[in-house]
Amino acid sequence: MSELSDHPISASRRRFLESAIAGGIAATSLAGDALAEIGKGTENLPPKIPEWMKTPGDPVGSQLYGTPSQFEKHVVRNVPKNAAQMISASSRAPLQDLDGIITPNGVFYERHHGGIPNIDPEQHRLILHGLVEKPLIFTMEDIRQFPSQSRIYFLECSGNPTYTKPYGKTASDLVGLVSCAEWTGVSLKLVLQEAGLKPEAKWIVAEGADAAAMTRSIPIEKCLDDAMLVYSQNGERLRPQQGYPLRVFLPGFEGNMSVKWLRRLKVTAEPAYSREETSKYTDLMADGSSREFTFYMEAKSIITRPSGEQRLSAPGFHEITGIAWSGHGKISRVDISVDEGKSWQEAQLQDPVLTRALTRFRFPWRWDGKPVVIQSRATDETGYVQPTLAQLIAVRGENSFYHNNAIWPWRIAANGEVTNAQV
Amino acid sequence: MRKCNMRTASAALLAATCIAPLQAQERYTIGRAATDAEIAAWNIDIGGNDGSNLPPGSGTVARGATIFAEQCASCHGDKGHGGIGDRLVGGQGTLASPKPIKTVGSYWPYAPTLFDYIRRAMPMNAPQSLNDTDVYAVSAYVLHLNGLLAAAATLDAKSLAAIKMPNRAAFVGDPRPDVK
Repeated sequence: MSELSDHPISASRRRFLESAIAGGIAATSLAGDALAEIGKGTENLPPKIPEWMKTPGDPVGSQLYGTPSQFEKHVVRNVPKNAAQMISASSRAPLQDLDGIITPNGVFYERHHGGIPNIDPEQHRLILHGLVEKPLIFTMEDIRQFPSQSRIYFLECSGNPTYTKPYGKTASDLVGLVSCAEWTGVSLKLVLQEAGLKPEAKWIVAEGADAAAMTRSIPIEKCLDDAMLVYSQNGERLRPQQGYPLRVFLPGFEGNMSVKWLRRLKVTAEPAYSREETSKYTDLMADGSSREFTFYMEAKSIITRPSGEQRLSAPGFHEITGIAWSGHGKISRVDISVDEGKSWQEAQLQDPVLTRALTRFRFPWRWDGKPVVIQSRATDETGYVQPTLAQLIAVRGENSFYHNNAIWPWRIAANGEVTNAQV
Repeated sequence: MRKCNMRTASAALLAATCIAPLQAQERYTIGRAATDAEIAAWNIDIGGNDGSNLPPGSGTVARGATIFAEQCASCHGDKGHGGIGDRLVGGQGTLASPKPIKTVGSYWPYAPTLFDYIRRAMPMNAPQSLNDTDVYAVSAYVLHLNGLLAAAATLDAKSLAAIKMPNRAAFVGDPRPDVK
């Protein structure tokens, strides 16, 4: 092989500099800037031979853990800009830049209540106690010894989005606190069987090993149904942001109940009435009453393309696509309106359509270049139809904060600019 | 477990695989018995509604004021009116208004939850650093700021569990689907 493969870094650096010079870019512009400029130039377009064909690329193993192309650096978590603090806060998945139904682990939404702990799995334990015949303690090795299962499920924060203005500009701003992954772990039921539940067991209080010692009470019916203890996400071990090394996963329930960094499960006759399930994740109604233990995330959808802050280049064919999901099961249909909600047409659902997972929908559309409002409306297998924001507010008022699953319309201007139509 | 075919499975098979109690099913003998000491040290839950598992000891409003000034006020404000951290005080009578103010005094349904949360998660920069006496004291001070405890009061397990929070009756179950 040539000396290039023996000195890949210098080779690629020279390649960038040569390209930069070829593109007429100032000599002070180093490799990163030059790359960005090259993308906008014409020197690699037909009939020219692209620079990246003229020398070998980076060698195998140049990234031991791969990262996206540097031309995709804008596809990152959407972090709040004016939060008072970032220890108990959230960041959103960049939904408008993602395809399919699986959220990459690196941009999966985050919500932490006491920061992200850095847990050594060898020093992590799960204690299972309370109303059980035999209290048990598990190592991570123990947990992985159980029969395993993998399931694709969405996870969504209960406050996604709020009911009040200012509303977000992008799909991520609005509903980026939802993501979807393939989760691997053990059925919680199997773990509970090891300890043996006593007849009066009605709830299980889950506690995280984070600085918030995050605590939520889970009804026993859910624990014996599809609840899991999860250690892997999309084929690799959980990321620290998602609960490494172990978390609860409750399909279809509001995200904070799927307690991360799980260290303890206490079987009880009553809920703990923890701070999170009394003063925080409760829904304040207009009359001053509050709903508690509002577990399920109801059916919802959003168009991710075209969506807020994107721009249609020209009239003509455009696919309308987005995601739909329901905590109550499978999505049975998604309808699209391209006339401000006056009429609706059924979208195509992309296989697989899975229970309590994101479902991708697609709708072929020809834009005539006139201003238009587009929106999607999900229906789930229970027959429940996604409501409008006005319908939700009519029942709940504007203070309930959580469980807003409203239809969200986008306005497309004559120049192709897409903005939030709910203003 | 496999799903049972209700039409063809025999009664015996049903009994064995579908409706057998959890206790009778196969175990994998994974994990080991947790000791009482291990459980006791980690079992920090307080029953929010009944104060169960509240520890012995007590704390005064006066002591709580000192700790609050030292460890809480920088986030929650000198008198608990909020800052980087949540507002803790006031707001009674605002919940049905367009600008509801949710605080310990106006919103929280149960007082023992206060002890539970302070002990497990506060102060945010050093959770589980306060001893039980100090957690009682800070709880007492926050309740005092909300007019729920006298300035001269001492709080312990019994008195904390006996406090009736003003908003307790306002919590209801989940009626959804609520939009037809």
